Amino acid sequence: MLRLIVGLVLACSINNMVLAGGDDSLAVRLDALAAAKLSKMPAQIDLLAGMDDPRAAVVLQALLDGQLYARKSDKRLFIATPAADKSLLLTDPLGLVQPGAAKKNEFKRIAVNNRMRSQLRYAIARANLQSPDPLQRQAAVLRLLDDLDPAVLVLLDEAAEDESDEGVLGLVYIARGMIALDSDDRLEKMAAIELLSGNLQPLVKNRLQQVLARDDNGDLLETDAVIVKKARVALAAIDSKAGVYKFLETTFFGLSLGSVLLLSAIGLAITFGVMGVINMAHGELIMLGAYTTYVVQLMMPDHLEYSLLVAVPAAFLVSGLVGVAIERGIIQFLYGRPLETLLATFGVSLILQQAVRSIFSPLNRSVATPEWMSGALQINPVFALTYNRMYILVFALIVFVLLLLLLKKTTLGLQFRAVAQNRAMARAMGIRSQWVDAMTFGLGSGIAGIAGVALSQLTNVGPNLGQAYIIDSFMVVVFGGVGNLWGTLVSAFSLGVASKFVEPMAGAVLAKILILVFIILFIQKNPRGLFPQQGRAE
Amino acid sequence: MSMLKNIKSMTAGVALGVASLVGTTAVWAEDTIKVGVLHSLSGTMAISETTLKDTVLMMVEEQNKAGGLLGKKLEPVVVDPASNWPLFAEKARELIAKEKVDVIFGCWTSVSRKSVLPVIEELNGLMFYPVQYEGEESSKNVFYTGAAPNQQAIPAVDYLMEELEVTRWVLAGTDYVYPRTTNKILEAYLKSKGVADEDIMINYTPFGHSDWQSIVSEIKSFGAKGKKTAVVSTINGDANIPFYKELGNQGVSAVDIPVVAFSVGEEELSGMDTSPLVGHLAAWNYFQSVESDENDAFIAQWKAYIGNDERVTNDPMEATYIGFKMWVEAVTAAGTTDTDAVEQAMIGVSVANLTGGMAVMNKNHHLSKPVLIGEIQEDGQFLVVSETDGTVPGDAWSDFLPGSKDVIADWTAPISCGNYNTVTKTCSGQNF
Repeated sequence: MLRLIVGLVLACSINNMVLAGGDDSLAVRLDALAAAKLSKMPAQIDLLAGMDDPRAAVVLQALLDGQLYARKSDKRLFIATPAADKSLLLTDPLGLVQPGAAKKNEFKRIAVNNRMRSQLRYAIARANLQSPDPLQRQAAVLRLLDDLDPAVLVLLDEAAEDESDEGVLGLVYIARGMIALDSDDRLEKMAAIELLSGNLQPLVKNRLQQVLARDDNGDLLETDAVIVKKARVALAAIDSKAGVYKFLETTFFGLSLGSVLLLSAIGLAITFGVMGVINMAHGELIMLGAYTTYVVQLMMPDHLEYSLLVAVPAAFLVSGLVGVAIERGIIQFLYGRPLETLLATFGVSLILQQAVRSIFSPLNRSVATPEWMSGALQINPVFALTYNRMYILVFALIVFVLLLLLLKKTTLGLQFRAVAQNRAMARAMGIRSQWVDAMTFGLGSGIAGIAGVALSQLTNVGPNLGQAYIIDSFMVVVFGGVGNLWGTLVSAFSLGVASKFVEPMAGAVLAKILILVFIILFIQKNPRGLFPQQGRAE
Repeated sequence: MSMLKNIKSMTAGVALGVASLVGTTAVWAEDTIKVGVLHSLSGTMAISETTLKDTVLMMVEEQNKAGGLLGKKLEPVVVDPASNWPLFAEKARELIAKEKVDVIFGCWTSVSRKSVLPVIEELNGLMFYPVQYEGEESSKNVFYTGAAPNQQAIPAVDYLMEELEVTRWVLAGTDYVYPRTTNKILEAYLKSKGVADEDIMINYTPFGHSDWQSIVSEIKSFGAKGKKTAVVSTINGDANIPFYKELGNQGVSAVDIPVVAFSVGEEELSGMDTSPLVGHLAAWNYFQSVESDENDAFIAQWKAYIGNDERVTNDPMEATYIGFKMWVEAVTAAGTTDTDAVEQAMIGVSVANLTGGMAVMNKNHHLSKPVLIGEIQEDGQFLVVSETDGTVPGDAWSDFLPGSKDVIADWTAPISCGNYNTVTKTCSGQNF
């Protein structure tokens, strides 16, 4: 409430503080932009981009980012960022009005379409050639390469004169080379091909392929055999380099898929592998973890960056407690009756799904991705590692190691293993086997919850989230060998990598089928999986 | 608070459902017109279909406030086919044979509609189908108020080709009947426009596919060949979010490779983090953001009915709205709810679109509607970037498929046939 009042006061003060800016040419342009219809906006953007005014560049950037708003009352433009409490934080591009907050419904966002976005990017790139940030300059040159012509090259050459950053200079050389390919001078053309050889920019490859273009009769347009040969060699160098990175990329995709499989299966490796309970509600425990992330984000809208860190323990607790409740309420009465357990837990999974539908609505919930998890680490133009996948890969391994330590190094872990291997003997040693059962099931369920936090960053959070992962999870655990955590690790990663290598050749649908067929055949031969457990209890 | 409301409306819904299942009170039993609602309220499709159930109930309530129909009250009968395709047929039979409903509003997926068709034709029922679909069908007993491929896919491709000068095409879809048929039509259409084989990439993925890394990487390298590339997506439901997320993470923006989707609307966007989607496109016959008096009134009515200011409206809701209004007009004109009479009265009926202009029911049981192309904005709404001049008549049988080029549907005398071959002048034995 207090915030609202402050906001209102500030909004009022902004209203009162508007000064006349009639002689400011930027003000005139902005008014024209605010008044323009969608179809007339490109012309206005061009006029703005042509202005020699640093403030105009700021306005264009805001327009591209969707942060330019018009005040409904007088159509005056402001740059605004939405704040948490549905208000806007305003700054005046003309610098006449003090920054402040205002109510959102008094403003209308200036909408742009793709054509304008493309135009804006180009204009901003031109302006950014002089930016103090080398990364921004690189991005600017890269953008200008798309529309390369001699006029742009002049611009780039000018920028290169007092350029010290190697990345930027490298891109300018490429630009020179690409222009030189059009040259009539044989030597210049050959030198250009030399320069471009082995360069991974897709533009370069396309440009070199044009050298080898054929006419309608299938004859090469380029008549000089040496140039043709050189171009072929250069292209081959590019292709072999790109091939290596393609292989690395596919391996990364496979490992990343493997880490998702590992996360979703590792909880099951405990409940199914160690305890022998067929828990069909495992997927729903993952789903509960994902919904916990959603609720955590709802409760801390101002600290989205940290929400995942809070969500991990929260999801562990929520899913773990639900798991303990399922074990105490249902499963403990059904030990040794796998069919009934299967049916009962299937029922539980339906109940949990419908419960979520009733509480949160059947619609998917939107879970925001923190800034540090979006985007990709660009290693070169053809190879990039996406941050969210990298973090999840690392996270999966951490969870795996922690779980392993828990099972091998703690008293609790010792008790888990004792009960799993020989229940009667363990009880004779004074272990409360029922308590251990509940704790083990809770642990497996809690880890499913943690998997849900990770999955909320990859896929949609909805009532059906769990169903998509339950089959895969069982597949991984059975393939790896029931009761063996290392088996689960190896099996998750090998299935992940295998399916990613099959996918480009066979397509996603067939890849899935092939992997399933492979597992069926494998299980026929080795019924106890990759790493059969050496237990005595059976 | 909103959660509480949700629970409240859920309980109300359940109570209503139970009441109607039990067979309602004697007061209404004799003099009501029964309206069947056949939408999944549980299972995978509940996400989309629950909204349509609420829309029908809202329309019924409004009609009853306005005095009912033919002097009788309308009585909704809600059943839950639970996203289970064979159950759709059973529930349809229950609605017509046991509940004796006069009309059904229902179905979402094509497979559920195909499952209902034999039942509804056998019992001579009447159904309104409100979702965009692959075409290649026209039943005497069904009115299709959603878009046929020529009212959604083809105008979208035209827009990309003419406005964005796209020359390379990725047709990506989920592996089932709607994407397969639509992509077949699109492929034939693109080739008829002179697009070469190597400039078309077709990709299918399983339902609920969530690992898009390789496919996005493939699209990226397909698009890096120096020609403007676009993705035409018939990816269904839940698989969309991870797809767009992966596009965003791998740095593919809408400016480089725009994606035009036929299954992403306002409702789906409300469950997504929209930041990676901004600038991507969708083609529909309706957007919530269109400014018209009818639309403003409809949105206000919807928000008031559902009791939540955050709820959005979407294209299938408009299709349900148009279908309901048309049915009311046809029943009024026919003076009875008898299927055959209403079916004949339906043809030629026109109702105002929410986006302006009139929707007309054609002889082939499909609508003439305008087609809009919109770009996704940060707030989950669409910015309309293109609109067809006037309305486009729905084409039941595509002109771009070899098997159905010469086939038309015409349910007026003397043809009265859902698949009439104009060359051989025969009506195929099939009912639809």
